[in-house]
Amino acid sequence: MPDAVLKIFRGDSKGGEYKTYKVPIEDGMVVLDAVHYIQATYDPDLAVRWNCKAAKCGSCSAEVNGKPSLMCKTRMDRFAQGEEILVQPIKTFPLIKDLVTNVSWNYEQNKRIAPFHSDDAGEWTVYQEDIERVQEFRKCIECFLCQDVCHVLRDHHRTDAFMGPRFLVRVAGLDMHPKDDVNRMAYLKNEGGIGMCNITKCCTEVCPEDIHITDNAIIPLKERVVDEFYDPVAIFLKKVFGGKSKKTASS
Amino acid sequence: MENYEVHEFDVLVIGAGGAGLSAAIEASGMGVSVGLVCKSLLGKAHTVMAEGGIAAALANVDPKDGWKTHFRDTMIGGKMLNNWRMAQLHAQEAPDRVKQLEHWGAVFDRTKDGKILQRAFGGHTYKRLCHVGDRTGLEMIRTLQDKGIHQGIAIFMECAITKLFKDGDRISGAFGYFREDGRYVLFKAKAVILATGGIGKAYPITSNSWEYTADGHGLAYDAGADLIDMEFIQFHPTGMVWPPGVRGLLVTEGVRGEGGILRNNKGERFMYKYLPEATKNDYAADDKESEEWVNAAVSGAQTTARRPPELSTRDNVARAIYNEVKNGNGSPHGGVFLDISYLPADRVKKKLPSMYHQFKELADVDITAGPMEVGPTMHYTMGGVRVDADTQESRVPGLFAAGEVSGGMHGSNRLGGNSLSDLLVFGKRAGTGAANYVKGINTKPDIPKEAIESAIKEMEEPFSRADGINPYDVQKKLHTIMSTYVGIYRDEKDLETGIAKLEELKSQISKVGIKGSKAFNPGWHLCRDLRNMFIASEAVARSALLRKESRGAHSRTDYPNTEPEFGKYNTSVFDKGGVMTLEQTPIPEMPADLKELFEKKEPAHA
Ligand SMILES: Cc1cc2nc3c(=O)[nH]c(=O)nc-3n(C[C@H](O)[C@H](O)[C@H](O)COP(=O)(O)OP(=O)(O)OC[C@H]3O[C@@H](n4cnc5c(N)ncnc54)[C@H](O)[C@@H]3O)c2cc1C
Ligand code: SF4
Ligand code: SF4
Ligand code: FES
Repeated sequence: MPDAVLKIFRGDSKGGEYKTYKVPIEDGMVVLDAVHYIQATYDPDLAVRWNCKAAKCGSCSAEVNGKPSLMCKTRMDRFAQGEEILVQPIKTFPLIKDLVTNVSWNYEQNKRIAPFHSDDAGEWTVYQEDIERVQEFRKCIECFLCQDVCHVLRDHHRTDAFMGPRFLVRVAGLDMHPKDDVNRMAYLKNEGGIGMCNITKCCTEVCPEDIHITDNAIIPLKERVVDEFYDPVAIFLKKVFGGKSKKTASS
Repeated sequence: MENYEVHEFDVLVIGAGGAGLSAAIEASGMGVSVGLVCKSLLGKAHTVMAEGGIAAALANVDPKDGWKTHFRDTMIGGKMLNNWRMAQLHAQEAPDRVKQLEHWGAVFDRTKDGKILQRAFGGHTYKRLCHVGDRTGLEMIRTLQDKGIHQGIAIFMECAITKLFKDGDRISGAFGYFREDGRYVLFKAKAVILATGGIGKAYPITSNSWEYTADGHGLAYDAGADLIDMEFIQFHPTGMVWPPGVRGLLVTEGVRGEGGILRNNKGERFMYKYLPEATKNDYAADDKESEEWVNAAVSGAQTTARRPPELSTRDNVARAIYNEVKNGNGSPHGGVFLDISYLPADRVKKKLPSMYHQFKELADVDITAGPMEVGPTMHYTMGGVRVDADTQESRVPGLFAAGEVSGGMHGSNRLGGNSLSDLLVFGKRAGTGAANYVKGINTKPDIPKEAIESAIKEMEEPFSRADGINPYDVQKKLHTIMSTYVGIYRDEKDLETGIAKLEELKSQISKVGIKGSKAFNPGWHLCRDLRNMFIASEAVARSALLRKESRGAHSRTDYPNTEPEFGKYNTSVFDKGGVMTLEQTPIPEMPADLKELFEKKEPAHA
């Protein structure tokens, strides 16, 4: 088999260039294998993140031929023979070096979300049908590919005002948990900036865990925010009966 | 001299997998200041990869289960070499830890009546593994992580520790670097909890990630702790064998727990003939009984049928597969066949979603339509830092260890699912142990200046040898030695050759060199990691040579029998004036009331 040709970004925040490497192809090889081959053979200082090599940890995110992907899941035989494979770091977050970016902003977002809380200290009876949706959201491996592709963050750089799809999924997972008793709606509307999402669904398309980010997480959350803040009946009931059972998070 | 930043904590936890996070949460909950460091980003530690489940005798599915049966299974699985007290605490406390995890927001799969669902696993008498499909580890780490970040713990991500410091004989801190830019960092701490995981990267075919370079084992050894049971390396029976890039990647035991059947290239279901006499009666006698068991498992009904032979302990299944392949009965790519495709496709996809995707995407195999090819892969390190069973403190005052880096809990062979529970039980105990320890210490930790300077020098050296040996080449040679001479089957000649070759290769560590800058430079990191891998590898080989018997995961072709005499000792490895020294130390004596559990033929009911 002829060698594969990879063009990889080498550099840091001050600048860099694309370097071309030839890598012998093996059956079933993925892009991350090729990157490791380069590291072990030509450039031991090539920076890349990975852990599981099995699409379970969400470490190896990059843009392969422009498409946000997990490198450990992207097969080399997907590309035509001799086709140059361009590997770039994800664009939305500041570059550290080569294929590694600074994703710490995401960890800050997570920390701002009021954590799970339940007053029920006893034995829990919870039925499978009531948690199917929550389990879908909890499949998230925090690869941040959805954050990378969302135009609010990627093109409009609104990291100051929008938590991004990953954390909407996270809030949805907490909110729909049958035992959670925290109300995060004010947070979603204000600091979280859920209104900035205009449902383009780009995030859903890249999610390696096939989470229906837009349909199952974002849209229902948007509806809940509307109910809570704009629905005159709900507001009336809230005044009369003192609001929903969920407590409002103090953030 | 190079600059470094300084932080100070009561307790420094090294490692943010299940064990480290549990320890940090517990210690900070007790009111001491806690720092937590990890080599990867938060949430990416090995724990995230765990698939099958957490073992805890909740008795939700099999009402007969209880801690005594779990304890007994664990000890029998470890061939009685386990520290009985750890196995006892583990079995007793695991159910509460699982419930606590649920109350912190973990969402387990449910039984029909709304309780946590449990599945069967090798060596467990009853259905005992609490799980979330086949992504249990993700659920566990995310829950702990989201709990931990709101506890006031200072977290340092992508930071690697390279040295532990002592003030006299007590621990006083640690030194490391940040991967991002290579800047150095000094942590002053009254106590250190090691939760660094295992040593898998010393082997070429492994289910383990780049992080498993034996750092905790190496750091503890250098600090004067002793490592026990290092000869016991768990080769998981079912790793992927094809394509080459994924060789070694884990195929969860959950596949067999859900009814997966192992066959050789003649179509023979070979596990029946590999069941050891002693445990044969616990397993189904034929296909009919196996099928009955699987049908009951699928419908959630009780049954008197015994479990299928594929659910024998891992050491046993791994040897069986190795022998089938060696005898010419292997699959095209040098494994055997594992088949779950006889169950309805929907059920397979629901119970084993990530296995379904893993094979579909990486190997072009649809596991709902045909068999997988699988073979043994280096998976887990039973051996590690010897600790006190109740507090997790090592023989070095102020140095604690929990999770895979510690030794004793699993004896000579770990049962599946017993690691995640180990992390929760002993992570918490280490947190308590360390917090109590620092409350009794009034002096500030002191770190000698020369020690810091020498830690810096060690890290700088590879840059002075830009034309030095490529560290990746040394690692490859290490792989060859370990897989050739210290693999599943061992004998005296091989082990001696292996040790000699390790000695020879060791001299190259001081000649490795690296080019480029200190910014995110994996080659530079490997230069340091090699030292830890060598300490662990040598400890494995020397311990294996000393144990002249076969027991659990340690199989000697020249001593194929299990010798009662060797059942009285753990092998202990420690540094004595720069020389690796071995000692056989008596295993702790089990009290009479626990011993009784092993005299009855029937499984004990709690
Ligand atoms: C694919 C796979 C599937 C598994 N499935 C199961 C299962 O179903 N059930 C089960 O019970 N067990 C399972 N296991 C085993 C279990 O997952 C591990 O034994 C367990 O997760 C180890 O946890 P830990 O907390 O000890 O270490 P880890 O989770 O590996 O964490 C180690 C931490 O230490 C850090 N670290 C290491 N060295 C340094 C250093 N020098 N400086 C700073 N930080 C450092 C790492 O960054 C990491 O944060 C599985 C293992 C694998 C590989
Ligand atoms: S649907 Fe919303 S969150 Fe997703 S990419 Fe579009 S704007 Fe971003
Ligand atoms: S929601 Fe999907 S794309 Fe976004 S971080 Fe999670 S796994 Fe990745
Ligand atoms: S390495 Fe874990 S997702 Fe790719």
